This record gives sequence, C-alpha cells and structure tokens, in this order.
Amino acid sequence: LATSRRQAVASIAWSVLLLPPTTALYVVLSRFSLFHPLQWLTECLTVLTSASAIFSFILLCGVVLLVGFFNLEYYSVVPSIACSKIALLGHVLHPRQFFHSLVHCIMGVVVAWCCAVTIGGRYQALGEVTGTSHGPQMCLNENHLVLLLAGAFVGYSHSLLGLVHNMNYISFHTVQQYKYLCFKGTLPLVMRASAVQALYSLRNFLALYFFMGYVPRAWVCRTLDLQVDSSVYSLDCVSGLLDLSLLYQLWISASFLLFTWYITVLLFRIFVTEAYSFPVQPTFQEDAHQCLPEVITGKQPTILKFLALQDLARLSNHCPSRRQEVFSLSQPGGHPLTWTAVNRECLSLLSDLTERLVSHHDNVASNGRTKFRSWVLFPPPGGSRSWVLAHVHHPLTSSLMSIIPSRLPSCPSSPHVFPHVHHPLTSSLTSSLMSLTSLTSSLTSRCGPWPICFMMSDWVLFSLQLPEASSQALFADSQAHIWALEGLSHLVAASYSEDQYGVVQTTLPSILSAMLMLQEAVDRHFKLPHASSKPGRSSFSMGDSSYKTLRFALRATLKTSIYRITATFGEHLNAVQMSSEHRKRLQNFLEYKE
Amino acid sequence: MMCSLALFPPPLPGDGETSHYYSKDEFTTDPSVWFEESHALNLYFPRESLKPHSRPESSSKAAFRDHCETLYTRSAGAWRDAGLSGLLNEIANSSAEVPKWLGVSSRCVLALLQWVSSFHGSLFPHLTLSSEEMTAEFSQVLDWSDCAVRGFAWHPHTQKCAVALLDDSIKIYNPKSSTSPTLKHRLQRSVAALQWKPLCASDLAVACHNCLLVWHVDPTSLSTRYTHTHTHTHTQPHSPQVLPQRFHCSPSRRPSSGCAQVLSHPGHSPVTSVAWSPSGSLLVSASPRDTAMLVWDVAVESCVPLHRVGGGGVTHISWSPDGSRLMAATPSSLFRVWETRMWTCERWPSLKGRCQSGCWSPDGSRLLFTVQGETVIYALTFTDTPGLPLGMSGGPKAATVVADLSETSLDTPDGDTMVGGEIQSLAWDPRGERLAVLLKGDAGAGRPAMIAVFKTQINPAFKLLPCGFVQGEPGTEPRLMQFNPNFRHGAQLTVCWSNGKITHVAFYFMSARVPQPGVGGSPPLPISQGRPADYVNQTLYTELIS
Repeated sequence: LATSRRQAVASIAWSVLLLPPTTALYVVLSRFSLFHPLQWLTECLTVLTSASAIFSFILLCGVVLLVGFFNLEYYSVVPSIACSKIALLGHVLHPRQFFHSLVHCIMGVVVAWCCAVTIGGRYQALGEVTGTSHGPQMCLNENHLVLLLAGAFVGYSHSLLGLVHNMNYISFHTVQQYKYLCFKGTLPLVMRASAVQALYSLRNFLALYFFMGYVPRAWVCRTLDLQVDSSVYSLDCVSGLLDLSLLYQLWISASFLLFTWYITVLLFRIFVTEAYSFPVQPTFQEDAHQCLPEVITGKQPTILKFLALQDLARLSNHCPSRRQEVFSLSQPGGHPLTWTAVNRECLSLLSDLTERLVSHHDNVASNGRTKFRSWVLFPPPGGSRSWVLAHVHHPLTSSLMSIIPSRLPSCPSSPHVFPHVHHPLTSSLTSSLMSLTSLTSSLTSRCGPWPICFMMSDWVLFSLQLPEASSQALFADSQAHIWALEGLSHLVAASYSEDQYGVVQTTLPSILSAMLMLQEAVDRHFKLPHASSKPGRSSFSMGDSSYKTLRFALRATLKTSIYRITATFGEHLNAVQMSSEHRKRLQNFLEYKE
Repeated sequence: MMCSLALFPPPLPGDGETSHYYSKDEFTTDPSVWFEESHALNLYFPRESLKPHSRPESSSKAAFRDHCETLYTRSAGAWRDAGLSGLLNEIANSSAEVPKWLGVSSRCVLALLQWVSSFHGSLFPHLTLSSEEMTAEFSQVLDWSDCAVRGFAWHPHTQKCAVALLDDSIKIYNPKSSTSPTLKHRLQRSVAALQWKPLCASDLAVACHNCLLVWHVDPTSLSTRYTHTHTHTHTQPHSPQVLPQRFHCSPSRRPSSGCAQVLSHPGHSPVTSVAWSPSGSLLVSASPRDTAMLVWDVAVESCVPLHRVGGGGVTHISWSPDGSRLMAATPSSLFRVWETRMWTCERWPSLKGRCQSGCWSPDGSRLLFTVQGETVIYALTFTDTPGLPLGMSGGPKAATVVADLSETSLDTPDGDTMVGGEIQSLAWDPRGERLAVLLKGDAGAGRPAMIAVFKTQINPAFKLLPCGFVQGEPGTEPRLMQFNPNFRHGAQLTVCWSNGKITHVAFYFMSARVPQPGVGGSPPLPISQGRPADYVNQTLYTELIS
C-alpha cells in the first residue's frame, strides 16, 4: 500500500514539475503575434517574470495538486459500469460525483482567472473604468467574465465526461514499457486530445452562453454593482462571439486547462500501473505480509491485488529463478506453501467468474420472455401518491414513450391495457424502473396534478438499457482473471521441466477442470445477444475504454492458456483424472479443434 | 573457419521436382519414398489460372470516383482515402467549382507538401516507391510481384497450412479434411505475409495492403456451414468459401462475430511483416512507411506503437522462438533487436546495406541475418538470461560472419554450375539442425535461384556444415520456403516454386537434442545421439569455445 501511495505522490510531483514548461508554452502561444516576433518574445519574458504570473503559477500548482488528490481518491481498477441510462443518471447525481464536479468547476474558474491574468490586456480584470458622459464608471469587462465562465464550464464538463467515459478507471497495459518511454509515447495523444476536447467543450459553452449568457452577466453586475457598458457590444450575440481573438484565447486557455489536468491523470496512470516486483518468499519473518502469496490472497486494496497478479503473470512467463521459488518447498516441513497459496487464489478467482457467468445465464434464460412485454406506468385513480406499475402485452412494440396528457379514465379504457400487479423482473430492470418511478413522481409533483401515463414499449426500455453493459459489467474485473489464467498456465507449462518436487502435478486436475468449466461458461455467455458485439471506438481519447473489450481478451487468454497446458503435456494428460465431459473437451484441445 | 559453397556437394542435374536429401547417411533422389506422409499437401497453382486483381491505386480511383457528386462528398471521400494530400489534390483538381483563392492556396500547400516529402524521400529513398513496389522490395518472397504463391504458413501445431495466392485469396489445406476453405476479403489485397497464431487452432494473421486481417477459421464447422466450389489443386477438394460476416451472414451464426478482424492504424501501410509472439498473446506488425512498430492485443483490437528514431520504417520482424527477443529490420542500414519484457531495443547500425532477412535459433540464443548486397551470413549471440533487469546487458558486441555464399562454380555431371550470390531469406528448422538459405541468383549471369541447406549444431558449440542444394524442375526457381514445424522424423522444408508448385523436401535425421516442450505435439523420448562424427573433417564454421 505504501508503495502505491508513494507512486501516486511521485506522479503528482512530476505533474507539478511539468507545469512550468507547460505554462511557458501557454504564455508563448497566448501572446502570439505573427508580425512583431521580437516584441512578442520580450513580452513573454516580461510576463513570465512578473509577480502576478508567479502568483498565478502558485495557484496553478495548487490546482494541479488538488487534481492529483482527486485522481488518487477517485481512481479504480474495476470500472463502474452503468447498466442503464437511468443508472448513469444516478451516478451523475450521486453526492460524491456532485462534489467532484463542483470542485472541478471551481478549479476551472481559478485556472481561467490565472489565464486571464497571464494574457493581460482586455482580459485582465472583471471591472474596467470607462469614461462616459456621466464621468468615469466601473463597468463590467465581459471578456473576462466569458473566460471565467468558460473555465467553469470546461471544468464541469471534464468532470462529467470523466464519469461517462470512466476516466477514473485505470487499465493495465499488456505491453510494459519504462515510464519515460510510455509517457513520451502518449504525450502527443494527450496534446491532441486536450486540443480537440477543448474545441468541443468550447462549442457547447458558446451555444449555452449565446442563449443563457445574460443570466450570469446580470447576476455579476448586480452583486458587484458594476455597470454594463452600452457602447460595447454584448458578447451573447453572433457578432460579439465571432471575435477571433477571443475565440483563440478561449480555445488556448481551455486546451491549457485540459492539458495540465490530463497530464496529471496520465502520469498517475503510468505510475500506479507500473509493474512492481513482489518478493516470492520473505527474507525476514516481519516482511511476510509483503510477499507475493500474501498480497495475492489479500482483499484490500484492489490495486495491490492487481499488481500482485500482474507480477505473478510476469514472473511465470519471464523469470525462471522466481518460478523456482514458487515451486520450492518450505524449509521446515517441506510443504509447497507458496504454490498452494497462489494456486488456491487463482482457482477461486476463476470459479468466482464461472459462478457469476452461470448465474447470469440462468437469470437471462428465466427472464427471456420479459422482452416482449410493454410497460405502463400511471397514477391510480383518486390522486393517491402511490404509483402502480403494470405491464401489458402491447402489440405496438415500436411505439415510443407516449405521454398522454388526458384524464386518467381514458387510460384503462384502452382495450389492451389492464392494470396488473407489479411483479419483479431482472434486478437491473426493476431498479431502473424504480428510479424512473421516483423521477416521474418528483416530476409530476412539480408539474402539477396532471396524470401522466407513461407507455413504454420494450423498445424504450431497451433504449434505456445499455445493451452491452450487463455483459461488460460481468467482466469488469476480468483483468485479474486474465493474469490468473496466464500465471497458472505458464507455471503449469514450466512445471513440466522445472518442478522438481511435483508440487504442481497434484493440483493439475483441479486447474484443468476450473479452466474447462470457465471455458464452457464463457462459450455459453458469448451465445447471448450483445455479448459478442464489439463496441465502437470511443472518440474520447483520454477515457480508457479497454474495459469494454475485456471479455474478448479473457476468452482469448483462456483458450491460449488451455492450449499452453495441452501443448506442453500432450498425451500425458490422458493420465489425469477428470470427468468424461471434460475429457471430451480436452481431447478437442489436444487435436486443435477448439 | 567459415563455411563456403565450394565445400558443398554439387547439385545434381535437375530431374523432377526434388533434389537430393541427406537421409540416413546416404543421398537419394527418389522423392516418392519420402512423401507418403504429406502427399496430400503437394499443391499446384498454375500461374495462368490466377488473375491478379487490378488494384485501383489512388490515381485510378480518382477517375472512377463519380464526378457528379458534390465537391463536399468528393473531398470527404478523398480525406478518408488519402488524408490531407488527397483532400488538397481533390480541391486543386476541381478548380471550376471552388473559389479561386482556395484552389491556389491548396495548390501551394500541395507543392510544399510534395517538396517536403521529396526531401524526406531523399533521406529514405524507399518512401518514393509505390505500395506494391514496396511490398515486393521488402517481402521475404523472391520476385513477389509475379509469384503465384505470395505467402505460405504452416500451422505451428497441426498439419495444416495456409497459402496466399496472386489473386489475393488465401486457401487453407488440411490433409485430414476434404474441404479447403478459401478466405476472401475486400481489404485483403497484396498479401505480404501470413502467420498462424501459436497456441490456438484457428487464428491466422494476414499482412495486407493497408491493414492487418486476423481470420478465425473455425476448424470444426467448415465442412457444414459454407457453400462449396471447385479449385485447381492436385487433390481436387471441395473448397467452401468463407466470407466475412459483413457479406455473408448465415442465420445460424451471430451476425456480429465476424470471421475476420480488421486491424488498421493511420499511416501503417503497406504492412509487410507480421509476427505472433510465441506465447500467442501479442501480434507485432511492421510497415516500411511507418517508423513505429505496432504491438497489437488482437482480442481487444488495441495497439501500442513503439516509435524509435532512425531507419525510416520497419520492413521485417522475427520473434525469437522463446519469445524474449524480436528482430526488426529497417529499410536503411540499421536493424534493432528488441527485448520483449520492457520493450527496450538495441540498435545495430553501420551495416553495408539494409538487413534483408533474419532467423533465430530455436533456443533464442542466436540470430542469423543477412545484409542486402553482401553474400555472407552474420551471427549474433545472446548469452544473457532473458529477464534480467538490465535486459540486453549480456548482448553481443559485434556480429560474426559464419558463412560465405559468394559465387563459386561446382562440378556437376553437366559441367560447371555457378552457385551463390545474394541471399533472399533464411529459414532454420524448429529443432535447430538444418538451415535453409534462399539464394537470389542472377538470370543474366547464368546463376539460377537456389536453396542451399546447411546442417547446424547449436550445443555445445555453434557449428555450420554443408548439406546440399534443393533444386526444382528444370526452369523453375524457388520463391519461398518454410520449415514444417510438425515433422516428426527430422526436418521438412516446404518450397514454393516459380511455376506455382508447392513441394516438401524432407531431411531425415535423429535429433541430437530433445525438442523444447510446447513446440511439438507431445514430447518425444530423448533419441540417442546422431552421428556428427562423420562430418568432423568437413566442419566449416565452428564457434571457438573460450
């Protein structure tokens, strides 16, 4: 645990260290002028050494530290996958996420303020003194306000998109590289991602400001007692927003903001996922809790377990000397303690997944008919608060959600609607409907006593349900299973020539049966609809979408692992005790027919 | 102490499709005795029966593009097909429809781009080649552009092979099954290389013109699920067509589980080399235009580009059989040896030409490579145990010349024959006992392309001994060769000939060393030592044991 914390702190320190060059680059770009190159450079130097720049730089350091802290607090190695759009809405409205968004919003404002100070000129301050007919007057500088609001918007959308695209999810790469090379390779991608994302965020912000811009402007004017300078165009009109210099500054500032934050995220990912080599056997008794078998069997925290499994997969593949330690016997007693612990943990991981898949499959099979039902949600007569959920056999399955603003009696009079007692469905369906119920009730309580009849055909439910999500959620933590499979199969294959005491031989039947059972469950799972459809490429390049395809990786690794064992042991496997069904499956593998 | 061709037994006058083999201490020229095991796989693809596809290159594509489309659609299409230069080209060419300033400025930018690229091309001359020429230049196949068989791959574990043909189709042959499926795909053009995935029954990676295709050829369901057509082979099998799901979607299969995965990356074309890691987990692809080598996780369809400065591209990659190292040749006089644990590389610059081919010894300790323009084989020895933190620390400091294949004349019953010359490709059999060298030959100088075979010994010291030549029917030349990894009784070299025939040359010997587990099927018993003593006096290259 201490190591992963240290790695996280190191990553934050590096992102702070990278801030000066980034800021310098930003200053150079923001003051860019093609026709006065000399003046441009001297101006940049003056700005960089000015007191205000140093103050804003300290503020920026604070923001980066805070972003790093949020990364550390919010990251996970198992992605949280929303099975429906309503569940996603629930995630967005969760207090924890709300706090995240709020803080990022404020940090966005702070960064934008720093940017405004750095750019100077007409963006420098919120108020400006203008001489009018009534004498000098404090007026609102709308350019400054727009910059701050854009910062807030970009900060908020960063937080929101981070949730939607699972930016907090940390994936482990199959190709391990040194940190510096990894960073160098990803840096251009991050630059492009931040520039592109800044463009999109800016487009949305400008659209919003175009329609709603007067609200914050009026509010700021009222609270700060500033006047609106009528001689200057307000910015929430087309001509005001088509100011190229303003757009450029907004875009550069947004890119700068996103770039510093993305760099923090990137460094955090690289440092935390760096392969760590755990000692296989403790040198001293007090280090026992730090060695591989202990960490693998430990439950908390997940990142440590993942790192240990990764280490197991790597040592089983690359390090003969460490493999030897796994196969060795304990000094007094002569028990293969290390191998037993590793083997037990890997097998329990595999059987867990098998169980999960089988129960999911059974669930789907028993609820197969629910697909053909439609749902009607309406308030009962008499205006009582309780809602009745009913399902109907609706022939018009393609009808969309129709909100019928009519009196209630018309609803049951419709021939094919018969109120029915709410009966449970698959858990996800029910939960999503429940949250929908609460949502609509709050909606109607605000909108007045209109009885609303929601007729939702399965099409709507289907569109609310993210089709692949249940499959993705099942395999959300499959990276652990992949490593367990790789580690086990490499160790078993190596044991053919390296295992002097035969410690692996005794467990071979259980390993094979666990793998074959998982293979069967995975095969069955991939026959379900949506399980084998590949998701489209995510356009959001900072979000790691590799969790969406983990199930394919697991399937491929599982097959390769079984083949690795059969290719090594060959016909000797016929001597292994196993059920006839498994033997048949194994024979397919021996003949390369799977 | 170097092996040279002058010490080889002279090639016999060409009679039939095989030459002589060294077999049980005697030479024999009777092919029929040794072919019973794999007779079904003697294949013949007449050059005339295969029509090369007329490939619409970007210039002809523009002619076919409908000019009735609006400028916007055409520009979008050009952007998609050929990127920025295509878009500029399109705008510059349709001056009637665009404002004048746009046409002029796009012409200016285009000229600037061309100037920059010509400058780049003067640094790396291979960039001026077209994609087809590039594939032909860097392919391991001799005379790739006019060869009926453009690729051949044995399955690493079973008697099954895939053959890529001139008409951009791939046929799969399995002596145990009467069907041989044909793989066709819209994107499967100019196949440069193909390889089966290790530790898997059915996955085949194909390096195509502008993408990588990974086929999933279900080994069990072929005979039942696909329609049947006829082909021109010796065996006249029924050959069902396997089409990717987007064209062919039988109701019994899930529509989303295509038979072919398309892996592409911007700027990574043409792909000239693919290599699966021996553990079956990763796939590496290389393109002479892309300075980055891509490491693919095929199941997830994601890739990690490994950029290094210098070289201007990657032409040929070869993974060591133990999976610890990877050789990557570039179009300039430089090649790299990657260590696959942390993916760091060691540069091998200052060659006389570019590295043409390379192959690894079965234990991954030795790399043999050849350089374009030279007639020798170099060897690198890696002594460190892979997996140490420092990785390459124990690597070699300099390459040694182990064999000289410069031109010599040999006495044959027909008179003197010239042999030797530049080397096209190398192949080492999976047990490390035979090394086949495909010599380019020179038709003008009366030197036919030929395969020279060496006997090799790796332990305790690396030795290279002459074995013989492999020749085809009169007038045919070898184009491509590969050792069969599943031949139990020695080594079997599969040769694709210029007339479209594919034959197998077997070398029978008693293996001196037990094959590594995991390479063959079941581990055979250790066989008693062969008889290397006969050739002690003929040992031509011996590593000095220090």
